[in-house]
Amino acid sequence: MSLVNFTTREITCKIVYYGPGRSGKTRNLHYVYGRVPEARRGRMISLATQTDRTLFFDFLPIDLGSISGFVTRFQLYTVPGQVYYNATRRLVLQGADGVVFVADSQARQLDENLESLQNLQSNLLELGQDARQVPLVLQYNKQDLPRELILTPAEMDDALNFRGAPSFPADALHGAGVFETLKSISELVLRRLSAGAPA
Amino acid sequence: MTAALNPKFTLETFVVGSANRLAVTAGRTVAESPGSAYNPLFIYSASGLGKTHLLMAMGHAAKRLAPGLSVEYLTLDEFVEAFHAAVAAGQGDAVRQRVQAVDMLLVDDVQFLTNRKEMQAELLRLTEALLSAGHQIVLASDRPPNEIADLDERLISRFSGGLVVDMSPPDYETRVAILRRKAEERGVSFAPGVLDAAASLELSNVRELMGALNRLVAYQAVSDATITPETAREMLRGKPGAATPVPGASAADEPAPADLPAPGSPPVAPAAPSGDEFALFLTDVTTNVGKAVEAWRARVAEAVLRWEGEGYRTARLEALLDQDTPGGVEEAIAAYGRDVERLRTLAAEVAQLDPPATGNAVFRDPERLDEAEELASRVRAGVAPPSGPSGAYPLETLVVGSSNQIAVGAAREVIAAPGRRYNPLVIVGSPGTGKTHLLHAIGLELARRPGAVVACLSGQGFIDELIAAIDADRMDWWRARYRRATALLLDDIHLLAGKERSQEELFLLFNLFLDWERQLVFTTPAPPSELADLEPRIVSRLSGGLVAELAEPDRAIRAALIERALAGRPGTERAVIDYLADRPAGSVLSLLDAVQRVTAAAAAQERPLTADFAREVLEGRLGRDRRTVGMRTSGIVVSSASGVRSREKMVWEWPDVADRLVGEVP
Repeated sequence: MSLVNFTTREITCKIVYYGPGRSGKTRNLHYVYGRVPEARRGRMISLATQTDRTLFFDFLPIDLGSISGFVTRFQLYTVPGQVYYNATRRLVLQGADGVVFVADSQARQLDENLESLQNLQSNLLELGQDARQVPLVLQYNKQDLPRELILTPAEMDDALNFRGAPSFPADALHGAGVFETLKSISELVLRRLSAGAPA
Repeated sequence: MTAALNPKFTLETFVVGSANRLAVTAGRTVAESPGSAYNPLFIYSASGLGKTHLLMAMGHAAKRLAPGLSVEYLTLDEFVEAFHAAVAAGQGDAVRQRVQAVDMLLVDDVQFLTNRKEMQAELLRLTEALLSAGHQIVLASDRPPNEIADLDERLISRFSGGLVVDMSPPDYETRVAILRRKAEERGVSFAPGVLDAAASLELSNVRELMGALNRLVAYQAVSDATITPETAREMLRGKPGAATPVPGASAADEPAPADLPAPGSPPVAPAAPSGDEFALFLTDVTTNVGKAVEAWRARVAEAVLRWEGEGYRTARLEALLDQDTPGGVEEAIAAYGRDVERLRTLAAEVAQLDPPATGNAVFRDPERLDEAEELASRVRAGVAPPSGPSGAYPLETLVVGSSNQIAVGAAREVIAAPGRRYNPLVIVGSPGTGKTHLLHAIGLELARRPGAVVACLSGQGFIDELIAAIDADRMDWWRARYRRATALLLDDIHLLAGKERSQEELFLLFNLFLDWERQLVFTTPAPPSELADLEPRIVSRLSGGLVAELAEPDRAIRAALIERALAGRPGTERAVIDYLADRPAGSVLSLLDAVQRVTAAAAAQERPLTADFAREVLEGRLGRDRRTVGMRTSGIVVSSASGVRSREKMVWEWPDVADRLVGEVP
């Protein structure tokens, strides 16, 4: 993980959006893409199936310009949510500086959320990463759906957020909570950088 | 300790308005003729209105007019810290003198004098010294002198004795002027009316005004469109986080009303996103990146402040700030901390041994750790215990018999459990009975213990060293030497009789050693209670331990000693040994002396060493004739029935008086 390069004065943050299928990971990236001035964003690469499901991954590079003398870039990735693409997920997860777990707030999706969260842990473990050390933010998406269909953020916290990570209710379709999530994860990632600056 | 004058803070860059005109004029006057116009000059204003700027600007102006002038700017906190550090390093006077020699002293944040009586006294002294020497002093505070809580009346009157002047928040015109000048300095330009709009906000101080300008600059940098006075006003006035729309963002980007949460959706549904999310995100990231990449510098600076505050030289840490990358910074700080820790340990050790040596600067400079180690080892060597036991008296060579077995047994107990079994151990015996041998043997055995420092010397040596120490005024050092010892063994303690000071010091050591369970061993020719001129408190302490007597060597001991003494002469008759052992001997010394005389005579006359020859040498020819059966001694007739203990007293004829006496003199 070469987060900060003091020699070339570059900061690169790789943030991976993780979560069960159809929870809205790609939607998060699309929304961010739409908000970043054209000059600052790279081409969003999306490998999707005909039915618009992520086949491989989405990739959105954002160039934040020179900050404190460091050329700062964010690379946002999503993983394919469907269960059978685990090899791809692990590949994308490799070298991640931070993870956003996008959960589907619908009550009937709870098991999928749990399964995906466990999958995240086991993939991190296989990559030799300590899941407790990797910056993590939870996003409870689809909070715009009718109340009877979904769990409240507090209920989602109870079900998923046993580590007390920052969590945000969101409506990625319309953008609510998207940037809050991104801000939070970037803060965690950068704070970790200041805690133990790799040379 | 002085903060350098910030080159940006000059009178030229200070925007003058009606609110601060008086203060600036006074400042300019003082800078032009320091010490003569308003002295002291006391400037006060709320935070962020330019006190520091004006103070530094005066310093610059004064230096430009008179380059030789010495100007110092310091905040009260810096002054306090530097002063404390200097006092801790024993340099308090040096700092006082240096500050007093300054031509123009600028002291910022004087309000922090509250509740600092000691600093107030120091500042009062300093102010008086500066004023009487005609040096200028300028003070800045966030309130007038009489409103600084708990300030010494004398300081209030001194501060108010010159000119007290305040600065108010800038009026609208001044605010516009400030914004224009700052924007110009930063090379940014705004559409007409933007800065005026910013200036029209009710901002209470210049720092907030700068904050507003920063937001405008940052916003303009990330947005493609120019800011209008309206957007500026809206942005600056609006709540943080939901301030302004991104210029050029079309309405289509905004969530349509239809997309808003339907009725019945949870009340916790997130608020609709605002337009300039990316700009806000960028600001956020900028702050975090700044913190992250500069965090190591902050840590270095923090370490510098901390150690400097504790009075250590921090050149090594300061050098870290010159590097571009944080590589190795943590290790360097940790290593520095370890070095400081080592210095502390050394200083503490030295403080015990030789207190004045602690003031040495090497104990405050981790760069000179080697020197500190060396100094400490010198001090350690210098205070090595007076002298250790002599290797000439090992325990193995001590011949044990009935006459000394109690004392030797006690000695073995002491060696096995020093300080706990018999403390003190007092060995009593006539001269030549082996007291010194036993004392040194105990010392040698005790010295084998890990970490043992055994002081073993004669009473006379103790007295002589004490006199030398008093003479050289090094009593602390002298005491430290003995206090380092884990055991104190004094030969011939009766020599301390009548020496009051020596007894006093011994008494102190005595108590310490008993408290610390460190072994004490003394020898004396007579039981403690019979020692004249020894203070009762010492006598009682001596008697409180074990008093073990060494009697005159018995025959078994004599035989063993003679055997050993003649061991180098092969073919020696057993009869010789028996003859010599049968002779009474008041001491080991006299016995060995007799042996030596016999062997020397045999060598000189080239005669074999026989019992007869020995008798001839020791008793003269006559002795042989006088010898009667049943009399085992040589010319000494003992009435075995008389019960007289000392056979020496029964002598009626000395074969050779001079020969006999030589051995008796210790």
